Amino acid sequence: MSRLYVARNPKVAARSLDGEMMIMSGRDSTLFTLNRTATILWQAADGATPLNEIVEQRICPEFDVEPAVALQDAETFARDLASHDILQVSENPIPSKMSFAGEMR
Amino acid sequence: MPVKVNTSDPQFSDMLVNRYEGFLTESPNSEIEFDVDLVEGGFSDPDADVHVSQNRGQWSLERGDFCAEWNPASRRGWIRQSANPYSIDAVLRIVHTLVLARQGGFLLHSASAIRNGKAFLFAGVSGAGKTTISRLAPADATLLTDEISYVRKTAKGYVGFGTPFTGELAKLGENVSAPIAALYLLAKGPENRIEPIPQGEAARALLANVLFFAEDQDLVQSTFHSAFEFVSRVPVSRLTFVPDNDVWELIG
Repeated sequence: MSRLYVARNPKVAARSLDGEMMIMSGRDSTLFTLNRTATILWQAADGATPLNEIVEQRICPEFDVEPAVALQDAETFARDLASHDILQVSENPIPSKMSFAGEMR
Repeated sequence: MPVKVNTSDPQFSDMLVNRYEGFLTESPNSEIEFDVDLVEGGFSDPDADVHVSQNRGQWSLERGDFCAEWNPASRRGWIRQSANPYSIDAVLRIVHTLVLARQGGFLLHSASAIRNGKAFLFAGVSGAGKTTISRLAPADATLLTDEISYVRKTAKGYVGFGTPFTGELAKLGENVSAPIAALYLLAKGPENRIEPIPQGEAARALLANVLFFAEDQDLVQSTFHSAFEFVSRVPVSRLTFVPDNDVWELIG
């Protein structure tokens, strides 16, 4: 199985409020409210860390979940957000200039 | 925000004067100016989807019953439509959403009224009670709109303005403004009561009711952040009402 890399779209609006992360697609204005797991994935999506490492190092230690199941869920979630241009998913590392760090408030 | 409309058709001009009575001004200054080109036929479907896009600073607006362009730099544009008031009304709503979004404001699906010098907004989808709460307003309340509230961000906070954009009540709002004291999310229920809601839920509800047409990522970002800014400054509550006149005892 090939590695996947995920990176936040720099054009996406995001806010954390009352412990909830909300993001809005700039393409179709769809609003997403992320749960705790999805928020961890979103915040870790730097384009450089492989998805399986994010799952193993950031998600599995916090939740009682099998790594294989968690990885499958994370990949499904990432591809869903990618369909809204919110995340970029690639089999290769994604350049850091695409990271979302500068847009976070 | 003064709007100037140029038309060579005196009947169309009279129709606009009647429609926007109370919002007319003699001021020669305008922040938005449109030349209206009236055509017969060719436009038909006002229920078609609206398309609003930007190309090199020029906005294009299209619906089944009109097409228009507007340049925010020159503040000028044109509208091509048949001689009806609804098309230009839609164009004006859309352009105001574009202008307000750049300034931290927005148009909101909500009724609004001024009472005791403060503006109150009542948001909700169709059927939530915007028209009902407007009908129940007491004599000392000034109706700003029963359908589309006009929210501007100023140095002192958010201000609600009256609009000529009407809903079922078909009654123009008053051309006045006041600082916004609260936003109520309307719900009908067995008793009148007000419950504060968390800011996250408030932001979601607000975004669901903001009028937004543009397919533009920068503007989506602006509107998104404006909604969060608004709920951090203005109390947002759920207003459940029966409905009866007593509900207004809770407001103001």
